[in-house]
Parts: sequence; C-alpha cells; structure tokens
Amino acid sequence: MGDRYNIFSQMEHLQSKYIGTGHSDTTKWEWLTNQHRDTFSSLIGHYDMMNFVAVAENESKARVKFNMLEKLIQPCGPPPERPEDQ
Amino acid sequence: MFLYSLTLQRASAIIQSIHGNFDGSKQQQIVVARGKILELIKLDPNTGKIYTLLSHEVFGVIRAIMAFRLTGGNKDYVVVGSDSGRIVILEYVASKNAFEKEADSDPTGEGAQNTSQLLTYYELDLGLNHVVRKYSEPLEEHGNFLIAVPGGSDGPSGVLVCSENYITYKNLGDQPDIRMPIPRRRNDLDDPERGMIFVCSTTHKTKSMFFFLAQTEQGDLFKITLETDEDMVTEVRMKYFDTVPVATTMNVLKTGFLFIAAEFGNHYLYQIAHLGDDDDEQEFSSATISRKEKHSSLLPGLSEIWWKLINWKIADLANEDTPQLYVACGRGPKSSMRVLRHGLEVSEMAVSELPGNPNAVWTVKRKAEEEYDAYIIVSFVNATLVLSIGETVEEVTDSGFLGTTPTLSSSLIGDDALLQIYPDGIRHIRADKRVNEWKTPGKKNIVKCAVNQRQVVIALTGGELVYFEMDPTGQLNEYTERKEMSTDVKCMSLASVPSGEQRARFLAVGLDDNTVRIISLDQNDCLQPLSMQALPAPAESLCIVEMGSGSDTREERGEDRGTSGGLFLNIGLQNGVLLRMVLDSVTGDLSDTRTRYLGSRPVKLFRIFMQGSEAVLAMSSRSWLSYWYQSRFHLTPLSYETLEYASGFASEQCPEGIVAISTNTLRILALEKLGAVFNQVSTPLKYSPRKFAVLPDSSNVVVIETDHNAYTETTKAQRKQQMAEEMVEAAGEEDRELAAEMAEAFLKEDQQESEFGSPKAGAGMWASQIRLLNPVQGNTLDTIRLEQNEAAFSLSVCKFNNHPDQTYVLIGTAKDLTMSPRTCSGGIIYTYLVKEEGNEIELIHKTLVDDVPAAICPFQGRVLIGVGKLLRIYDLGKKKLLRKCENKHIPNFIVNVTSVGQRIVVSDVQESLHFVRYKRQENSLVIFADDTYARWVTATCILDYDTVMCADKFGNISVIRLTSSVNDSVDEDPTGIKALWDRGVLSGASQKADPIATFHVGETVLSLQKCTLIPGGSESVVYTTLSGAIGILVPFTSHEDHDFFQHLEMHMRAEYPPLCGRDHISYRSYYFPVKNVIDGDLCEQFNSMESGKQKSVAEELERNPSEVSKKLEDIRTRFAF
Repeated sequence: MGDRYNIFSQMEHLQSKYIGTGHSDTTKWEWLTNQHRDTFSSLIGHYDMMNFVAVAENESKARVKFNMLEKLIQPCGPPPERPEDQ
Repeated sequence: MFLYSLTLQRASAIIQSIHGNFDGSKQQQIVVARGKILELIKLDPNTGKIYTLLSHEVFGVIRAIMAFRLTGGNKDYVVVGSDSGRIVILEYVASKNAFEKEADSDPTGEGAQNTSQLLTYYELDLGLNHVVRKYSEPLEEHGNFLIAVPGGSDGPSGVLVCSENYITYKNLGDQPDIRMPIPRRRNDLDDPERGMIFVCSTTHKTKSMFFFLAQTEQGDLFKITLETDEDMVTEVRMKYFDTVPVATTMNVLKTGFLFIAAEFGNHYLYQIAHLGDDDDEQEFSSATISRKEKHSSLLPGLSEIWWKLINWKIADLANEDTPQLYVACGRGPKSSMRVLRHGLEVSEMAVSELPGNPNAVWTVKRKAEEEYDAYIIVSFVNATLVLSIGETVEEVTDSGFLGTTPTLSSSLIGDDALLQIYPDGIRHIRADKRVNEWKTPGKKNIVKCAVNQRQVVIALTGGELVYFEMDPTGQLNEYTERKEMSTDVKCMSLASVPSGEQRARFLAVGLDDNTVRIISLDQNDCLQPLSMQALPAPAESLCIVEMGSGSDTREERGEDRGTSGGLFLNIGLQNGVLLRMVLDSVTGDLSDTRTRYLGSRPVKLFRIFMQGSEAVLAMSSRSWLSYWYQSRFHLTPLSYETLEYASGFASEQCPEGIVAISTNTLRILALEKLGAVFNQVSTPLKYSPRKFAVLPDSSNVVVIETDHNAYTETTKAQRKQQMAEEMVEAAGEEDRELAAEMAEAFLKEDQQESEFGSPKAGAGMWASQIRLLNPVQGNTLDTIRLEQNEAAFSLSVCKFNNHPDQTYVLIGTAKDLTMSPRTCSGGIIYTYLVKEEGNEIELIHKTLVDDVPAAICPFQGRVLIGVGKLLRIYDLGKKKLLRKCENKHIPNFIVNVTSVGQRIVVSDVQESLHFVRYKRQENSLVIFADDTYARWVTATCILDYDTVMCADKFGNISVIRLTSSVNDSVDEDPTGIKALWDRGVLSGASQKADPIATFHVGETVLSLQKCTLIPGGSESVVYTTLSGAIGILVPFTSHEDHDFFQHLEMHMRAEYPPLCGRDHISYRSYYFPVKNVIDGDLCEQFNSMESGKQKSVAEELERNPSEVSKKLEDIRTRFAF
C-alpha cells in the first residue's frame, strides 16, 4: 500500500513539474493539445525547421513564427463540452 | 562501418545578430548566431568590407543572443541562451581570439512574452537582484514583437508593441496609448485579406537622439521616431526609409552602416546615406496612407552570400579538370542557380601588356616604414623595367636600378636603401642615390640569391655561397668566409628578420642532389650546416615563412599559440608537390612534413602578406595560396589562369594585392574572401528551384521552379488590369481623368521583384515553371510556364526500352494543391523529348494521375513514379504513359524513389525507407523490408546494394543496411506470395533493415550525394543543408585510424566541452542515439585549444600535438579541401 501511495505522489510531482504528463483522466483533447503545443514550440525552437516551413509556405520567418505562436493558444480548438453526468 | 563527419563550408544563414564593442576597443563589431555557430564579424568602415574574426561551433541550438555591458565597463559581453538549458555569458578575448566562458547559470523564468495577450512589465530590481512584476495589461491585438524604448536619461521609456497592421506605444502611468497603423504599399497585388506585420527592428541611440528602424514583411524599412512633451509621448512618427531584403535581424552601427541579416538570400551591408530628415518623403503619423516610390537612403555595400541549398549535383559540365558543384538555391524571386568551383575568388584589378615575356616581377617600397609599394620591377631575358606606382603606373629611369641586365632579385634593404641583384653583381642603392656595386669574382655568375630586410646570400656558379649582412650604418658587409656546397644550388630562402632582432638565423638551401640543408647564420656558428632533409625530387623553390600568428598581431597577443605558430619551411618540388615542414626556431631541425600535390608543373613559391600575416603563394599548373586563417592552415587554389611569377603588392586602392605575370601581361590581383572554400557564378531564377537534372551529352540542365503563395505572370497581369479598372471606377466624376492616368501609370510600372519581393497571393496559390538552362554560360534556352495553381514537383531524365535511342524528360505536377491537410485535384506527368543535343525539349504528351506525382525514377527501361502513396511503373505510350504495375502499401506519401539493380528504395514522407522488389514474372512490386524507425526522409543516397544513407527533416543522417539474412524473396519464395501476405506487426514488412550509423547534423539536410570532391581523392558522401552548410561523411579505412579519432573525440568532449554548455553526446544524439559516426568538427577544435590542453590530450593518445593535427589535416585533405 505504501509503495502505491508513493508512486502516486511521484506522479503528482511530475504532473506539476511537466505540463502534459498524462493521468488516468486525460482526455483526448488535452493530450492532442499538448502534442500540438510541443510540436509548434519545437518547430519555433529549431531554426532550420522554421526555415523549412517558411520556404514551404513562402512566408517570412517572422510571420510563420507569429502564426505558430497564435496557434499555441488553442491548437485543437476550444475544449469539448463534458457530458453533464460525469 | 565507421564514418567521420566534417563540415566543409559552414552554414551561412543568420538567426540573430547583435552589435557592440566586444573586444574592448572603440570599434563596433557584430556577433551573429548562425544556428549552431557563433561568429564575430568586424566591419572595416573605410572599405565597407566584412571580416570574420572568429567562428566557433557550439554544438547546440542558439536560441537567443544579447549584448550587455557591466556598469562602468567599456566592453560588451555576449549572453547566449541555447537549448542546453543554460544561460552562458561569453567574453571575447582578443589576445587569444577566442570566446571565453564567464559564467553559466541555470535558467530562471525570464519569459517576457505576451502570448496570452497580456503585456506585462517587469522591473529588474538591482537591490534585490531579482525581476519584479510591475504591471500587466491586456492587449487589443496579438503582438508579434516588442521594441523597448530607451528610458532614464535617454528617452521616455516604455515599449512599442508591434502587432498585425498596428504599432502601439505603451508605457506605465498616465501615458495614453498611441496607436498607428502600419503603412502599406499603394496598389499592392497582395492578397487583400492579409495583414501586415513588422518582422524586425533595430534601435539607434546617440547621446542626443534615438530612433528605430523597423522592417515590414515586404521588406520596407521605416524610421520610427517619438515626439515627446515633458516625458509624455505625444506622437509616433514613421517615415519610409528604403526597401531592402526581408531580414531576420538588423543592426545600425555607429559608423553609419546598416547590417541586414536576410532571412533567405545574401546578407547585406548598407551605408546610410542620409537619415531622411530633410527630404519631402511623406511622414505618417496617423492614418494609413499608401507609400510612394522607392527612394534610396542607403548605399549598397558588400554582401555576404548565403544560400538556401535546395538541390545540387557535382559534375564537370564546363569541361574543366576538376568537377564543379551545381547548386540550386534561394527563394522566390531571389533564387538562383550557381556554379561553384573550389578555389579562392580572385578579383582582377588591372591587366597590362608588356613589350616582351618577362621572367620575374617584384614590388619595392621606398622606405621601410612606408605603407605602400613605390616601384614594380619587371625582369626580362636581357633587360629590367622599372615602373613607378602612383595615380597611374608608368616607366621611370631615375630609380637607380640597372636597366640593361636581367635581374635576379630586387628589394628594399635596411630602412631606405634599395638592392638589385643581377647575374654579374649586387647593386646597393642608398637613399641619397649613392650606389655601391659588388662584382662577382672572375667568370662566376650569381645563380641564386636570398634576401631579407638586412641579409643577403648569393650562390655563385659551382655552389659557392657568399653572405652579406647590413651593419648599423647601412653598409652591406661581406662575411669573411665563403661556403662551398657540394653541388649546384637550386634554390635558397631566408626568413624575414624577426622584429627587434638583427638577423634571421636560418638559411635554407636546396641542392642538386635532392636535399635541402639548413645553414646557420648566427654569429657563433655562421655558415655551419644545422640539418638536412632528403627529398623525393629536386627542389624548385623554397620559402621560409612565419605562420600561425601574424607578425603584427603577435605583438598584440603577446604570446605564442602553442604548437601552431612558428617558422615553416615550404619546399616546392619539380614534380609538382609542395612540402611544408616545421622549422625548429632554436635548433633548425625539420619535422612534421605535410605533402600536397599541386599540379603538373614545378612549384614556385612566393612570400606575400595576407591580412597582416605571411602567406605563401605556390604556383604550379594552378596557383595555390597557403595561409593561416582561424587557427587552421588552408591551402586553397586560386580560381584564375596559370601564373608564372608573383610578388606581394600594396597600394592605396589595393592594400593587400598580388602583382603577377602570365605570358606577356602584368596583372594586379586581389584576394578578398579568405576562408571561403568556393567561388561562384550565379544565374537568377524566377521562383524557388525545386529540382534539377542534367541532360546527358550536353551541359544543359532542366530546372523546375515552384512557389507557393505566388502569382504567375498571367494572373498578375490580370489582377493589375482589374485593380486599374477598379481605380477608375472608384474615382469621382471630376477625378476620373486623373484616376485613368494613374491607372495607366500603374499598369506600366514594373517593380523589380528581386528587389521588392513578389506579391503574396495567399494560401493554395501556386506558380511554377520549367526552365532549360545552360548554367555554365548562364543563359536560359527555354521556359515553359505552367498555369496558376499548377506546381511542378518532380523531374527525371530517362530512356525507354521501346525508344532506346531517345532521351525523355518527365516532369510531375500537381493541380490545386493545398498544404495542410494535403489535398489536390489531380496531377499531370508531362513527357518531353530531348532534341537538338539537349538544346530543346518538345512536349510529347500529358498523363493525368489522381494524386501528386512527387517522385520519378528510371527503372529498367521504364519509369517508377510515386503518385501520392502509390508506387507505379509506367511505360511510354503513343498518347500517354501506360500504367504497368502498382503497389498500394506505402503508408503516407512517396517523396523519393531510387533503384539499384532489382531493388527499389522508396522513401515515405514520415515513415522512412521501404525496400521493394519488382517481380517480373508476376509483374508485381513487393515490399520485402522496411525500417524500424519513423524517419521523415528528405534525401537518400544508395551506398551499395544493401546499404542506403538517408537524411531526415530534423537534421539526422542515418545509414541503413539490410543484413545478410534478409532475402528479397526471389530464391526461396519464387511466387512472392509469402512476402505479399506475410505481413509483420502493425502492417510493416516482415523483414527489417538495421540502422548501422546515425548522426545529428543539426540542420535540415536536403541532399546527399556520393562523389569525389578533389581529383585523385577518395569517395565520400557530401551533404548540403537548408542553412547553406556543406559537409562530408567519410568512411574510415583502418581500425587504427578509427580508434585514434574515437579516443580523440572522447578526450575532446572531456577537455573542451561545447561553449554553450550543451552536452556534446546528447546534441549529436538529438533524435536518435549517435552511432558509429565521429564528429570531425569537434576533433578539429583540437587546433584551437590552448597548448597546455593540446599537450595533455596528445599525451593521452601517446602522440605529440603536431602529430595529432597532422592526422586531422590528413583525413581532411584525403577527401576534401
């Protein structure tokens, strides 16, 4: 019992430290949103990926970055409404 | 397989740049981050040229750099934020020419970005040494970046928030927000839905004023000033300044230069001609007004090249001895096709014809302290010509030189005397035109001579050496003894006199018996032999130089840089080989021989000055320059015709030039781009090049150019017409005439797209064309424009079995492609017949397909085409291509198809490689093996029948091999049923390929090719990246070598960890663990370590430092340059 409790507190620690650590109640929307945010921030952070996207879209790098930053807010749209009974 | 990775040409894209006084002097420098490289750039305000002082790879992704200065200090430090999770503060130490780590710390929360529409003010409390959140307010629009307004005594403080279409001034307290729209171009062809944003800005601040320069997406620069009234900002003013290429960052320097680090294309340095204060250019202060014509506030300066390398091939289309690199690069209207040749670019300053064929040429100064040369002396078979250098170069007779004899050497000696050595004697011309002559005894002649600032050695026929030295009164005195050599003297060389000393201590003499001897000139053992070196062939020429620390920079540095600096003896052999040896400055011993074959003719050596230090010009059938640059020896050919004799040349116009002779002409040349490996010729293209192919039996190439977000010429003309009509309609009754005039002017006006950028048409708009081009001459033979929204993506030159004697070009296009999610209304494969020996292509037919044909590859007299996720075999028909066979099992989208023998390697856009076998009997394509990792393949290269190298989008290169147990299911499974139905887990193939080497390059690799880069060199794989880097991967041929470099890499990781604190192994293992690849770039940093560390690392390897650097140089020169 003690072990199991301990693991749980470790999970809580991980969840508070790293956004996006899943738990048993993670919804598909939450998971996807984190995936998208991770992807966009990685694209912004790696200069050659920015170049790559900017070349493909034929946009300025500043515009591509701006677009991605905007998308970070709600990459998968607003959260779905939860069914009332849960 | 073990590979060694080396970068040949570093990336040229700039991510960020900052300016400041990094070396503590008054001069401003620029520090640029090129992704994984940190570079310090110096500008010469007089010439407007850019010099790289230091370039250092940090093995990490540099995210941000910033300059800061300690209170009261006069030196700027660089703060670097990188993916290592540390903030590193670097100081540039000029004496060592290195960045030194000052401190690194763990990150604290320093995100001041307003992604959640909140503008938050933070204040750094110096007392608490902490950042305090002051105030936060929501923004109306989402900003894309902030410009800090100088505060305190310099200005009103606050920020300018740049957002889509608007710029807003905000500050704490009572200050009301001031908002103004970003001006737009009048009659813009851009998509009307588009907003406009500023992409970058720079602040210029002097004691009395400050202003900002901000650039829009279209490249227009605006000067922004603030009007203040007692600390309150009353108005934001904006004025059109100029149009320059769209930049990632820019810097205004105190010397009046504007540095533009372009996002794609060349970087520029402009000189600011005027600040636009007093012209009638319209000033914007509130409402949107369209802008006027481009006017120039900037003078164009020098540009530094950067390429976005899309595709390249190595071939000898120009029929030169060495292959050229053909590179398609750039984006949109600034893209180009370039021909790169290995070699230094030579700019020809002057060429003049001489009356005969000269033998030799020298330049002479009048006085030692003078900066520029006064005379050019040209020696012919029986005469000597003296030319004086001034406004023009003309012949003079009053120089004191003897004109009626050939000359062996002429130079300045002592402070202000001139010396001419001719076969019969020595002529010493004092400053007051007194002439002292020394005549050869008897019938002997002077054969060879060596001269420096104070010493003269001559060799008489029969091998007798006579030594002269200058005494303090300026008199040349013969040494009491002469030295008899055993055979004739072939060549001699003296080092320059070290500053502060009376004489150079060594004389090198090359003899007829294939030896070089070092003879002491020290007073204690004058003319005594010190050491001897046997040579494989007779020496043609000798040259002792001091390299590794420039003679003038050395004093500044005040220290010797380990093993690298010192005296070097260069020996040019008659068989065209150049040897370079270290000459011990105490004992005169020769050691550490480096060998390089230069060309077919005997090698002649000349000492010249390059960037303030000595360099050697070596001439064989090609001319080479051996120089020390950025802690490394470079031996680079000059891209110029064969030269015969040369000498350094300094004049006002050309401070570091070369005067050379070639047959009967005298040429003045300058080498400006030291350190550059390639020089280039470029042909502009219209849209971004996607792929190109060389037509066989001709030197022509077919290029496909495609741009998203662009208009074709036809659509552009239509839109212009439409806008002009609207303009007239919109005008009121009385202005109609005026409007019509304006519309007409608008229609006529033709903006240079290479300067102003092309209009952005919006998503889903494609423009594309096919071009037949001769890249060597740079002329376009034919262009085929595709319709709006039809985009060419694939290209292949192939032959068909049913028409074996004809060559066809297949081009795959997509119609109405949208990028995300990928949809299209269909694709077309155009079949062109190559005619007139590659000077013309004729359309045979079009074949409609239902998805994007993104890969075409010839295969056994037919073609393999990847249509979307379908792999098909087509054959040539009368009306169209005929589909013969299809495989539907590739997961997503085929980006590349290559074949070797019976095997076909198919790359999927995100699921790595698939190995396919074509079974002729059943006419089926069977996937018999695939890869275990999901690689987002960008380029592949087949190394052998079982091995493929592939590069992915995230900057990894991997080598994948089919193990010997994999069978292509032909022998054991003749029906192929097993391979067809026996699917592995998750619908993968039943057999798997093994990754045998992986490496993270750090930049997106867009092409891989197996080739030899230098004539006579071994084969290597050459890759190019999107940021413009060119690198190679070479296989180790012996275990001993591999072992050595593996240990060197290991010690380097421990002794010389990356500058920004990123762990080297984790960087090279960014996506996949690094495997079997040794990082040559890290190993080569051995040469820039301090000598103590070099010694300890070398000791661990049981070698001495010079052996280690020789090893490093050897592996590089065996494959590349």
